[in-house]
Amino acid sequence: MGGHANHHHEESFISKFVFSQDHKMISKQFLITAIVMGIVAVMLSVLFRLQLGWDGESFKMLNFFLGDKWAPEGILDRNAYLALVTIHGTIMVFFVLTGGLSGTFANLLIPLQIGARDMASGFLNMLSYWFFFVSSVIMLASLFVEGGAASGGWTVYPPLSALPQAMPGSGLGMNLWLISMVLFVASSLLGGLNYVVTIVNLRTTGMRMTRLPLTIWALLVTAILGVLSFPVLVSCVVLLIMDRTMGTAFYLSDIYIGGEALDVTGGSPILFQHLFWFLGHPEVYIVILPALGISSEIISTNSRKPIFGYRAMVGSLLAIGFLSFIVWGHHMFLTGMSPFLGSVFVFTTLLIAIPSAVKAFNYITTLWKGNIRFTPAMLFSIGLVSTFVTGGLTGIILADSALDINVHDTYFVVAHFHVVMGMSAIFGMLAGVYHWFPKMFGKMLNTKLGYAHFWLTIVSGYGVFLPMHFVGMAGSPRRYYSNSEFEFLHWVTDLNTLISTFAIIGAISQLIFLFNFFYSVFRGQKATANPWLSNTLEWTTPVEHIHGNWPGALPEVHRWAYDYSNPEHEDDFVPQTVPLKEGEVAH
Amino acid sequence: MFKLLILLVIILGVIAVLQLARVYDLTASLRKKREEEISYADNKLNAFLMLSFMVVFFVSFIWLLINYGDYLPPAASAHGEGVDTLMHINMVIIIIVFFVVNFLLFYFPYKYYYRKDRKATFLAHDNKLELIWTVIPTIVLAFIIIYGLATWQEITGEASEDALQVELYSKQFDWTARYSGDNGKFGHSDYNLISGTNPLGIVTAESIEEKAAELEAEIEANRAALEEGRDYLPAGKVEAIEDKIARLIRHKSRLLEIDQYESGGINAWEAGDDDRIVKGEFHLPVGREVEFIFRSRDVIHSAYMPHFRAQMNSVPGIPTRFKMVPTITTDSMRTIVNNPDFDYVLLCNKVCGAAHFNMQIKVVIESEEKYNAWLSEQKTFLAKEAAEEEAAPVETPAENTEENTEPISSETADQSASL
Repeated sequence: MGGHANHHHEESFISKFVFSQDHKMISKQFLITAIVMGIVAVMLSVLFRLQLGWDGESFKMLNFFLGDKWAPEGILDRNAYLALVTIHGTIMVFFVLTGGLSGTFANLLIPLQIGARDMASGFLNMLSYWFFFVSSVIMLASLFVEGGAASGGWTVYPPLSALPQAMPGSGLGMNLWLISMVLFVASSLLGGLNYVVTIVNLRTTGMRMTRLPLTIWALLVTAILGVLSFPVLVSCVVLLIMDRTMGTAFYLSDIYIGGEALDVTGGSPILFQHLFWFLGHPEVYIVILPALGISSEIISTNSRKPIFGYRAMVGSLLAIGFLSFIVWGHHMFLTGMSPFLGSVFVFTTLLIAIPSAVKAFNYITTLWKGNIRFTPAMLFSIGLVSTFVTGGLTGIILADSALDINVHDTYFVVAHFHVVMGMSAIFGMLAGVYHWFPKMFGKMLNTKLGYAHFWLTIVSGYGVFLPMHFVGMAGSPRRYYSNSEFEFLHWVTDLNTLISTFAIIGAISQLIFLFNFFYSVFRGQKATANPWLSNTLEWTTPVEHIHGNWPGALPEVHRWAYDYSNPEHEDDFVPQTVPLKEGEVAH
Repeated sequence: MFKLLILLVIILGVIAVLQLARVYDLTASLRKKREEEISYADNKLNAFLMLSFMVVFFVSFIWLLINYGDYLPPAASAHGEGVDTLMHINMVIIIIVFFVVNFLLFYFPYKYYYRKDRKATFLAHDNKLELIWTVIPTIVLAFIIIYGLATWQEITGEASEDALQVELYSKQFDWTARYSGDNGKFGHSDYNLISGTNPLGIVTAESIEEKAAELEAEIEANRAALEEGRDYLPAGKVEAIEDKIARLIRHKSRLLEIDQYESGGINAWEAGDDDRIVKGEFHLPVGREVEFIFRSRDVIHSAYMPHFRAQMNSVPGIPTRFKMVPTITTDSMRTIVNNPDFDYVLLCNKVCGAAHFNMQIKVVIESEEKYNAWLSEQKTFLAKEAAEEEAAPVETPAENTEENTEPISSETADQSASL
């Protein structure tokens, strides 16, 4: 690989910006696509929050923007509501927090932090992005087809999703959803294999596994989870496609719908759920682990302190990764599954709380007696730990099958996973953007706007999801277009209005970030090589991106990534490339 | 008017962006400060905000807890009380952890914000500390798991022999309840027999005959439509009708496969005659164990009874069960919540289509006598079928053919009515 950096041939616009095989460019492509998808998903959520917060009230504006099909007389249509909820979830979970988060930071950080010229296969990496891109376009396009987008919730349980007779969204929109998903999985697999191979094979001299920054560990575990679980989603989706188009009955049995007894027997709708959640639960960790890796790095750097318990952090990542494969049944306690099997899933699920607790306490101890610099990235990382803990705790209620009975599929669940994986993972992603923006674009983001962005986001984020737990405990089911039909739900109306108000404030606050981001790309202060005085290898590369990352030889690594405020050194940081002093004991 | 408003919003938006840009450039250039250099004032400000946020966060949580924490009236079922106790214990544990962890998390940044003259303490790991926060959560979780599973086992155990069995049948978008009649046996049911007069597809000699006749009529009607329209209908439509006819013939042939069997000395075809089928509301006697059997006709639904802390999915093709003992009558609950109009409800809690948010059935809990009186007023399947036949004689799909060239189905009317 040594010669790679030296041949400077002129690159055309297309090969540099469009079909680029350079991991840094691909990372930017993932990020920008994810931001666009994120904007769409947030706008969808504002639309359905309008309906939930001001039930039945007519907003003429809605009719103007959405037309008669989606918002006749200014009130969101019932079917449109379900489509919005479904596509909001799908985009957020898969396109923003899986493709966006892993795609951006795995691509940017893996070669840079392990000291490699590029990914193991630049070509596969490029394909990974373009599969992701096409998949995103198809998902967005599905919003505009006849019958509307898929509407059965992001988990698309059959028979609802299998039968076009069941709802308008189960027609063409559902086909596009499924096709988009297959492409998405192809993208994830291409990316994931590449990440694993790169981390295992292309580490620079001295970069032992035990010296890897925690970001890389997190991305490695994430990639392994993805490679093992996404293929199951493909099979799950392919069987559903066959049920929809070829008359098979994998998921269907004894169904009478649309005035007709269907010619299907022997299938099981529950089989779909097993297959789906076999991916679906690891997926939750695919979303959160990179965010935890990012925050480990940022909290340590900005506390000017080594991350507390590096080995425990790695161990808990591995433990969470392993356990995530044997807990999927906790989504299915009420499907009529054997109660004994349910007990097993209760046990394995609650075990996850142990490595999670270790992580939380290690973060806190890292902060303790640190010298904390409040960069926007640091603020978001602290926010992440708070939401991770707050949301994780309500998971204990949901994992307990006896308690799940009464809160299953209510807003309690919605609040739980939005705090623990929505807010946390978004915070991790934003923290990563603030932290590595200088590396990605060679410019600095405005710090003051970053502060405004963080404080407005955490206040409105908790403003939305803290009250939502109480709405759920009052028995308010999720995916309800309106709560007005049930008298016992009337008393949470005020809370719903409050939640929607915060949701709108939160959405508007993101404009500050968008402005900061795009304005800084062009007019931001020029970045220096190592703005955060950080130890990891990416800050030893030049600010201007070059193919092959390092102009000369690859850097050599002599120590772990967390020698901050090491008493044996004068500076409060010691880059990984600095050789050990005489007599200094490596960590 | 709206266009004007939108223009205004766009202009305001542009102004806002320009202003932001000015602020941006000013803060960046005037102070000649590097963005990555966080000033003492900024660090202090954020440290202070951390602490203030924590206070606001905690106060709002407590406010919510006081005003909305009492989320549902007391559990109206025996197992529900156990669930509530378990919930309270778990809540106390997680709320304590919530306060402690969030306090530390926001207090440390406040206390240890950046000062030039300080150096952070180099502390890479401490096995003792790490052992402590591995072991303590493990012990607490062990308690939670054991207590939780004990409750779970009680809830999901077998129903007793003399439990009252009630079948709850779901379809888009309503619930039907079925009580076995005097013979104590539910009639066998088959989805192939579902029709306007037999919504649950109960198997009796008559219902099979009737369904076969209905299908035959439908086949004839479609054949007639095909004959008439073959010349002018588009090819796609012709094919759709042909398909429909083929499907109807297969459906009819499936009727022949429905087997007779005996159970407890009662012929399966007769067991259904005295079943009682009710819609809109169903009644249960207080203090008696009831076992629900859930079935679904079309998609997955979920029967959620929040006041009883009870829920179970209802899955097409796979019957599910849930047992409970109602402990508080509707009347008593009205006194407890001080609302004379209070009613228990069972609602759908698994997204099932456009009217999902209004798929409900009223639940009435009353004394055994009242319950028996109510039940005896409900017509049996046999009586009901006869009565309905009189009122609305066999549906005549043939009438539809004149305007409607769509493949004909007997239940489209039923479908649109429930929307």
